[in-house]
Amino acid sequence: MNAETRPAVQLASSSVGALAAMKGVFARDMKVAFRQRQDLLNPLLFFIMVVTLFPLGVSPEVSFLSQAGAGILWVAALLSVLLSLDHLFRHDFDDGTLEQLVLQPQPLFLLILAKTMAHWMLTGLPLVILAPVLGVMVHLDGNSIAVLCLTLLIGTPVLSLIGAIGAALTLGLRSAGVLLSLLIIPLYIPVLIFGTGTVAAAAEGAAVGAYLALMGAFLMLALTLAPFAAAAALRISLSNG
Amino acid sequence: MNTPDAIVHRPDYGALMSEPLPLIPEPLLQAINLQCERDKRILFRELSFSILPGTVTRVEGPNGSGKTTLLRILAGLNDAWAGDLKWCGAPVANHREEFLRNMLYLGHRPGIKPLLTPLENLRAVMAGRRPVSDASLNQALQGTGLAGYENVPCRNLSAGQQRRVALARLLIADEPLWLLDEVFTAIDADGVAAIEALLQQRAAEGGAVLVTTHHDLALPNMHRLVLGKGGVTDER
Repeated sequence: MNAETRPAVQLASSSVGALAAMKGVFARDMKVAFRQRQDLLNPLLFFIMVVTLFPLGVSPEVSFLSQAGAGILWVAALLSVLLSLDHLFRHDFDDGTLEQLVLQPQPLFLLILAKTMAHWMLTGLPLVILAPVLGVMVHLDGNSIAVLCLTLLIGTPVLSLIGAIGAALTLGLRSAGVLLSLLIIPLYIPVLIFGTGTVAAAAEGAAVGAYLALMGAFLMLALTLAPFAAAAALRISLSNG
Repeated sequence: MNTPDAIVHRPDYGALMSEPLPLIPEPLLQAINLQCERDKRILFRELSFSILPGTVTRVEGPNGSGKTTLLRILAGLNDAWAGDLKWCGAPVANHREEFLRNMLYLGHRPGIKPLLTPLENLRAVMAGRRPVSDASLNQALQGTGLAGYENVPCRNLSAGQQRRVALARLLIADEPLWLLDEVFTAIDADGVAAIEALLQQRAAEGGAVLVTTHHDLALPNMHRLVLGKGGVTDER
């Protein structure tokens, strides 16, 4: 080996910025999801089915449905997000994309935030868009439907963000489904209580500002803390994998 | 009777010794007293070595001797270890971002999305590393023999072709340190020769390569790091 022919090591001093890297992660997840559209429909169909089965299974009475409607929609949305969580990191883990994600020079929590945002756009947002139609079906009045959609709009990102922690923690396990639900459902309960509470208050004609502010606080808390927790959980899961 | 004490690899400086002021390059990566336990079995202990710029090091050992684990530890994917890891003389943990920027790791799992095309895959990977034009991405894919497959979803490609998509990164990589785990799997003879040439080229450019393989890798001046069952031997 000759020293003259060997140029000095060129150490890179700069890399792609965090924002550009987040865009890259987001764009890839969106592209992959749209190549596999049937997976996108699953949580949506589940949501519709649960909501339509309630009037059939319990009671089609207007008085019952307008009372329970908001709760039914919220529970169905919560379960349908829960159903989709296992896919959040699983495929990336299996094909090795996740390893490369962790090895990107940008802060991992930002990349996970981008992934979680993509997950919400693909599962939570369609539920919010579909909610008014199902709201009419369960005889909610116009005001309640508007408030319900607003709570879902604020609440479903929280579900995705908290879910990311659970999905990351249970990644290395073979049958993660049950454990994931057990870990995540207790954390979902406050969101559910305030989500349905807001709609109930609106139905009684009370002011919902304070409720919505609290839900907004949940969202801020989840946005700022969940990506860090999910990043730490991912590192642990990959370390064992 | 092996000596599990500090084992330091040095390239052959015989040629340099006659010249005045031989420059001994600073190691890119340095492992000091590395120890790793897996399932209550010690894979290696007191493992020390340096990865110097301009070298290709092959990690050898039987199945289960901890080659993959060692590479994952070096890459920062595995946290279950004790000892010191230094990047350019400073602890890796303190310079994690800089280390990741200058290190390329390819593992058993190629990191390729089966639903995306080779071009989309490569573009997505590079989006997190450095901006690369589509023209050079296409060129890299052609260089790995994937010309004509740029727009075919990777799941329709063969195992070897999928691996070639991941390996296309080596053609556009600017990272000086490469950690490659079983990269020759499912690659044909021509491909293996091309990769060998790439490894040598990277070393000649002042980079360093650490590679695990069961394939008969024949590079001149290759370093060897031999992991055994519970112990470590070092051969040159």
